[in-house]
Amino acid sequence: MGEFPSILPAAPEIFLAGSALVLLLLGVFRGDGSTRLVSHLAAAALLVAAILVLSHTGPRELAFGGLFVVDGFGVFMKTLVLIGAAAVVMVGQGYAERQRMDRFEFPVLIVLSSLGMMMMISANDLIALYMGLETQSLALYVLAAFRRDNQRSSEAGLKYFVLGALSSGLLLFGASLVYGFTGTTNFDQIAAVLAGAPQFKAGIIVGMVFMAAGLAFKVAAVPFHMWAPDVYEGSPTSVTAFFAAAPKVAAVALLLRVLVDPFGGLTDQWREIVTFMAVVSMILGAVGAIQQTNIKRLMAYGSIGHIGYILLGLAAGSEMGVRGILIYLAVYLVMTVGTFAVILSMRQQGRPAEELAHFAGLSRTHPMMALAMAVFMFSMAGVPPLAGFFGKLYVFLAAINAHLYGLAVIGVITSVVAAFYYLRIVKLMYFDESPAEAIDRQDDGTVAAVLVGSAVFTALFFIFPVPISSGAAAAAAALFPG
Amino acid sequence: MAGWPILSLTTFLPLVGAASILVIRGEAEVVARNARNIALWTSLATFVLSLLLWAGFDPAAVGYQFEERAPWLPAFNINYHMGIDGISLFFVLLSTFVTPLCILASWERVQHRVREYMVAFLVFEAAMTGMFCALDFLVFYLFYEAVLLPMFIIIGVWGGARRVPASLQFFLYTMLGSLFMLIALMVLYLNLGTTDIPTLIDQGHTLSRTTQIWLWLALLASFVIKVPVWPVHTWLPEAYSEAPIGAAALLGGVLLKVGGYIFLRFSIPMLPAATDILAPLVYALAVFALIYISFVVFMITQAHGSLRKWVAYATLAHMGFGYIGMFTLTTQGLQGAVIVLVSYGLIAVALFCAVGMLEERAKTSEIAKISGVVRTMPIFAFSTMVFILASVGMPGTSGFVGEFLVLVGAFLASTWLAVFAATIIVLGCIYALWMYRLVIFEKAERADCSGFKDLNLREVAIVVPLMLVILWIGIYPDSFIHETTTTVANLINHYQTALADAGSITVTLH
Repeated sequence: MGEFPSILPAAPEIFLAGSALVLLLLGVFRGDGSTRLVSHLAAAALLVAAILVLSHTGPRELAFGGLFVVDGFGVFMKTLVLIGAAAVVMVGQGYAERQRMDRFEFPVLIVLSSLGMMMMISANDLIALYMGLETQSLALYVLAAFRRDNQRSSEAGLKYFVLGALSSGLLLFGASLVYGFTGTTNFDQIAAVLAGAPQFKAGIIVGMVFMAAGLAFKVAAVPFHMWAPDVYEGSPTSVTAFFAAAPKVAAVALLLRVLVDPFGGLTDQWREIVTFMAVVSMILGAVGAIQQTNIKRLMAYGSIGHIGYILLGLAAGSEMGVRGILIYLAVYLVMTVGTFAVILSMRQQGRPAEELAHFAGLSRTHPMMALAMAVFMFSMAGVPPLAGFFGKLYVFLAAINAHLYGLAVIGVITSVVAAFYYLRIVKLMYFDESPAEAIDRQDDGTVAAVLVGSAVFTALFFIFPVPISSGAAAAAAALFPG
Repeated sequence: MAGWPILSLTTFLPLVGAASILVIRGEAEVVARNARNIALWTSLATFVLSLLLWAGFDPAAVGYQFEERAPWLPAFNINYHMGIDGISLFFVLLSTFVTPLCILASWERVQHRVREYMVAFLVFEAAMTGMFCALDFLVFYLFYEAVLLPMFIIIGVWGGARRVPASLQFFLYTMLGSLFMLIALMVLYLNLGTTDIPTLIDQGHTLSRTTQIWLWLALLASFVIKVPVWPVHTWLPEAYSEAPIGAAALLGGVLLKVGGYIFLRFSIPMLPAATDILAPLVYALAVFALIYISFVVFMITQAHGSLRKWVAYATLAHMGFGYIGMFTLTTQGLQGAVIVLVSYGLIAVALFCAVGMLEERAKTSEIAKISGVVRTMPIFAFSTMVFILASVGMPGTSGFVGEFLVLVGAFLASTWLAVFAATIIVLGCIYALWMYRLVIFEKAERADCSGFKDLNLREVAIVVPLMLVILWIGIYPDSFIHETTTTVANLINHYQTALADAGSITVTLH
């Protein structure tokens, strides 16, 4: 045995794991009365972890015998995940208190699942990948069913668990095939085997397909999307906000890393799968949302559509595509957090108001909130000059560069269809009369701050896009070495 | 003066006004009054700034003037680039000139949520002006699409009874069209490595002919929806009937002209080979549109239908001349096209405002409910007469200059084309004068308009400037044509060289 292995690359993860345990102890000893304190501390811990992540600026580093990798790609993705998680913890607290579900486990579970996501993003080995994935998933199953006295929440938790377990099974099956045919679980070695010995390909391809299917479950890409609308609708809104933000980013990161790093040699094979999923996700996301009446279900279909555009960038299979995806994800995260901050603020006489009809006439009663929501909706529809447009622009650019003209045209048409339902919300808020029963005043300072911050980011992204676009460029370059 | 980013100032000054309207506090009454005043004065200041542009414009200089550059997306080699030439100068002037008039036209019509209306209007002006100043395709695209947001809100909130479907249709149709343009933009960028318009114009002809044709068709797809051409025009009558009158005037006066601007700025100079091949397609579309639309206007007049739709379709019909002129690629044709676009922009604004004035009095825009207003509104009748005569191309008005030049250009290109175009002018005369007789002179029992008051000071302030400029262009067109000469010569020269380079046979000049 040589010297003690360096654990420094994993410092943010270790810090977060320690924080989670401390917060758990704090909650256990001080009871539910300490929820607010635990929640604030959890947000602080997530932000500190983000700073620790960002402090890594050097080249790619391996730790724990090659199981764990830190590179520019991971730094970018982890920062997104942590910021998203911290924002959700902050905006979720007030909602939890009003819903009498303010238990200290909530922030602790979010921290734990964020830890799992960070491990997923940094995984450089099939085993490490699975460990990270399950760490986050287990926490998420509990979060989905967090209102255990509520039938829909329990149903959401159970559904998510059963389908999540199935997808994990698929993933494991695929991983075992890959291991069997390559003789290794390490990503770098798998890539090397693929580069050197093409005769193994058939079995590896089957394994790769199973793994891609398992990961597609996690990102809710069609045809593995069925859980998303039910889980989004059934879970408490603060949990839905979390689902839509951080785990989505982490799962996309994992999908990118797995398909580009170990299976980079099979690009031509997985491109067909990804293209198919991109097309059907874009179409279903656009069409499925039209007849929804619940804002959370609508957001679920919206996010399926967004995954379609992200996969469109992946189908390009180029560094340009990944760069587009990273910009798209950063923008998507901010828009999603902002939109959910609005949804969390929507309540009638203290009860959550989640139907689209509740948005009617919002611009009269809550002009600023309606304006922010309009900015998010236009941005999600991809209308320039809002941030969402740039996400789409870079992804389409990559697709066209890869000569995927057909895909780009489908993307264009579906984004017009999708614009219809995003516009419908703007229409409700601005053109329609408010219902008899007004929406309560928004009096949560933290939510207001997150709302304003994300709206300003979305609206003014075009003035100074350099930090995000150059960060994404560096991250994408890290994923494609050489 | 030099060194001042005057184009950016002109573009973004309305936004400053919008921001200051947003911070007004106080009673609803006070807010409304202040919002109106700030909007009016901001737009007037913007107009004065744009007059400085005209004053400082050097008509002899080749290329772009008042250029501004700033790095924007350095990783993609995309920059914020503004600048104008002899063609865009007049589009900028057109939008800054008519905006204050349209604000005046909405002065009393808009009574609820005045603050939001004025903010949306100023944002609209900024996006519109920026669109004509942009010298980077992506920057242009941003402004081009940004126009949709305030217009969607304006139609949807302050529109008529069917405002919601009208606004949704307007937005979705135009968004679909512009996304095709976005694809064209991306293909150009990926092929030539830049979105800088002057560079694209320089290098566009190096693209293969097939690529050029596809790009050209993508731009056309965007264009036919925005302009719009049958059969994707269905959003237009809806939007124009439902939009508040000031917005309808801006839509018809300026936004409709963007289609022509796209041809002049992108299709013709960047894709010369495709232009050469596809010019007959434009002729066919234009002639077909002219006949079809003239027929529709005819039907509206006969059925005593909505004046708004009448003006909307009549405006469209005139646009056909612009396109015919452009694609003759002759000096006269191109200069005529620019004059046609600008002059029909003014006429459309004037006619929409006139319809708005009638609407305020009659509470409807149905011809069936309005007649014989000359007895009670002589000033109105007179000014409308000028606008109608300008729209049918009476010598001495701006309409004549444009149509004449276009017809000369059309004759140079093809006699048959000129014959068709000239016939349509006659058709236009018939329906325009017929409508005028029905509304202004005929003393019919179908409507009692004896209680109408003549134009008040505010309304006079709208029609007089429009009338003066329309007559100015008609009587002394050289002050306008003079500015475009170098740019147009340069455009034709570039086009011919590019075609010659590409080894294609030049068939445009006989």
